[in-house]
Amino acid sequence: MPKLKSALELEELREGIVSKRDPSRLCFTVCSGTACLAIGSQPTFAAFEKELEKQGLKDRVDLKPTGCPGFCEQGPIVVVYPQEICYLHVQPEDVAEIISQSMKGQIVERLLYVDPVTGKATSRESDIPFYLYQKRLILGNNRLIDATKIEDYIALGGYKALPKALFDMTPEQVLAEIEKANLRGRGGGGFPTARKWKSTRDAPGEPKYVIVNCDEGDPGAFMNRALMEGNPHSVLEGLTIGAYAMGSHEGFIYVRQEYPLAAENIAIAIKQAEDYGLLGKNILGSGFDFIVKVHKGAGAFISGESSALMNAIEGKVGEPRPKYIHTAEKGLWDKPSCLNNVETWADVPFIINNGAEWFASIGTEGSKGTKIFSLVGKVNNTGLVEVPLGTSLRDIIYRIGGGVSGNKKFKAVQTGGPSGGCIPEQYLDSPVDFDELTKLGAMMGSGGMIVTDEDTCMVDFAKYFVHFLSEESCGKCVPCREGISHMLDILTRITEGKGQATDVQLLEDLARMLKEASLCALGQTAANPVLTTLRYFRPEYDAHINEKRCPAGVCKDLIAFYIEPDKCQACLICARNCPVDAINGGKNLIHVIDQSRCIKCGTCFDVCPPRFGAIKKISGEPVPALILEQDRVIQRKS
Amino acid sequence: MEKITLNIDGKEITGEDGMTILEVARGAGIDIPTLCYHEKLEPYGVCRLCLVEIGTPPRTRLVTSCVYPAADGLVVKTRSERVIQTRKMLLELLLARAPGAKIIKDLAEEYGVTKARLRKTATFCILCGLCVRYCAEIKKADAIGFIGRGIEREVMFIPEIATESCPPCRECFPLCPTGVLESNFRLVQSLLFKK
Repeated sequence: MPKLKSALELEELREGIVSKRDPSRLCFTVCSGTACLAIGSQPTFAAFEKELEKQGLKDRVDLKPTGCPGFCEQGPIVVVYPQEICYLHVQPEDVAEIISQSMKGQIVERLLYVDPVTGKATSRESDIPFYLYQKRLILGNNRLIDATKIEDYIALGGYKALPKALFDMTPEQVLAEIEKANLRGRGGGGFPTARKWKSTRDAPGEPKYVIVNCDEGDPGAFMNRALMEGNPHSVLEGLTIGAYAMGSHEGFIYVRQEYPLAAENIAIAIKQAEDYGLLGKNILGSGFDFIVKVHKGAGAFISGESSALMNAIEGKVGEPRPKYIHTAEKGLWDKPSCLNNVETWADVPFIINNGAEWFASIGTEGSKGTKIFSLVGKVNNTGLVEVPLGTSLRDIIYRIGGGVSGNKKFKAVQTGGPSGGCIPEQYLDSPVDFDELTKLGAMMGSGGMIVTDEDTCMVDFAKYFVHFLSEESCGKCVPCREGISHMLDILTRITEGKGQATDVQLLEDLARMLKEASLCALGQTAANPVLTTLRYFRPEYDAHINEKRCPAGVCKDLIAFYIEPDKCQACLICARNCPVDAINGGKNLIHVIDQSRCIKCGTCFDVCPPRFGAIKKISGEPVPALILEQDRVIQRKS
Repeated sequence: MEKITLNIDGKEITGEDGMTILEVARGAGIDIPTLCYHEKLEPYGVCRLCLVEIGTPPRTRLVTSCVYPAADGLVVKTRSERVIQTRKMLLELLLARAPGAKIIKDLAEEYGVTKARLRKTATFCILCGLCVRYCAEIKKADAIGFIGRGIEREVMFIPEIATESCPPCRECFPLCPTGVLESNFRLVQSLLFKK
């Protein structure tokens, strides 16, 4: 393809693409994000290809693999345009019916979203409550774009902001616009983006580098992944505009190795942008040069820290640098470097296109724009959620997330991953913005949101995060390496019923030291899961330590399963399912559990028919004595 | 070099631009404990014992003095309550790791750390990296390095290089604050090195 030499040629290309597209033409889109791929969207897509061929419809309708729309719980997702009919859990065998019904303008009712409460079916994608209450600026185009086709992005108005910045604005004006929009870093810290850009721009030294941080690694977080896989050009366009503003001519995209599709799609996007002259020398004839390289990370959570990430790009071990000079001044190869999160870069084209005032009209006083969260855990609608900053946790979890799954009681939501904290029910109405979450002892982080219910033990939950960090700490500085290791040690013994009265004080002392003395943010925030669970769920710690009781019934060393003799109907189901044959059963014999063999897996508890409900989970009290052998026989009325 | 004046523990101390807080303080005879610092090596900033408090209340923070650039007018407290509390906890951690090391025992005593609240993980190596960095930066031999990540981190001789380079050199042994390096070397030598 010929390189575009001016903004006009780009507009002509866009018009050409759009004019060839008929918005009323039938188009089947199949989500090809990682979650849908994992659940089997590839066979579904193949079935569409085959069926369209078979029905001789290949030239009359379109078929498109798209990025992740976020409703991951319901995949594989198929949306039929132009009516935007959304089908969920679509299997290859459903495909023929979808095609033939769609050709007749009909809907396949059985594959629609059904509201679990009202039982009402919804056909249009945007009317599904999960989507209805979101504001999908950044993520919205994912479902309309084949990530491997730059033309799809261009058709939707992509690469409009770039020529606007290059030809209508000076670098200073671009910077001023970002500053006026009050964009803050989406990677966790919430640092004002414009200030970072300005430091890089003003720092002495050439060349200057711009970097995309796609080392997303928080447990349960996958928003950067979905964006990078589904709409890589939006990140690339933002990066190029940023480079222009800062006077940088070389960029890096750091993608973790564990995101192969993201790395593949961004590499394709770079190649296509280069081919069109949207990257490379003299972009669109503006005289501005900019090249981008992809760096695949070797798989370390700590490499998401800015100085560690830069070390990794340099080919060194991904460990943070103990320096007090900002990477904006001395970063990659000691040159001024600006590192931003995937989502921050993707915000940039929107701000340039629509103006700072428009962007700043969304959100709260201190936190502008939208933010993507990955809503996971014990919630009905697992997936990616994009909302204006300032939306309450309650709205996200209940209106969009559909509430806690399995009719369980909400306990807490963990925001911000291992650096964040647990927020209990009484703060559910707090607006989600950078400052409010910090006040609650948690943090926005990159946007992970893990919902927990009454069956989650908060000590065990804190232990999970500390364990994660013990594996992901780089081990360089004493407080983080030794402090986390001892914290894990203490939490482990508490959950094993060996906690000591002084353990909470010790945890608090370690936590304070971690925050004060750690070299980088990983260590400085590592204690947050412990501190917030201590702050909001202290009675659970006390129950473990003082009463050797796990109130949620999770910690195996503190629970036992017991069959209530007056409820057992000798149905043998538990005995048959017990993986270690610890249940002594028999026809018309009340079953008993051999506590010495029981591994506390909870299978008996799960399989005992609810109408009997004979299995009891016990914690903090002794298991009742076995019933006498002669009392075990059940006398049934004939 | 431009002269700069810092206020360290209430005293006006003069240093030169480009120096770290630690260098200025030590130049004036003010004692700040360190375990991973060595004047010939790039500052590493990992033992964290050299933390000092800078700024004026209420806006103060802890920084590692071996890395933090000294600046004119900077107010530094090397033994504030906050500094001491943090150093105490750090020493508790180090004591669990290297219970027999004299330098750590002495520091613990100086700071009044008597409680043994933590499980002992006695490996005797505190991973200060002096040996690794000396070998890499001064000797350019890279005969010893870090392996493992996080709580699994260890210092390890690289047999292929160490067999040749280490016996005639041994310059890193006296740098080891806990003295464990030489015995580890002998152990590795007897187990792995082929003559």
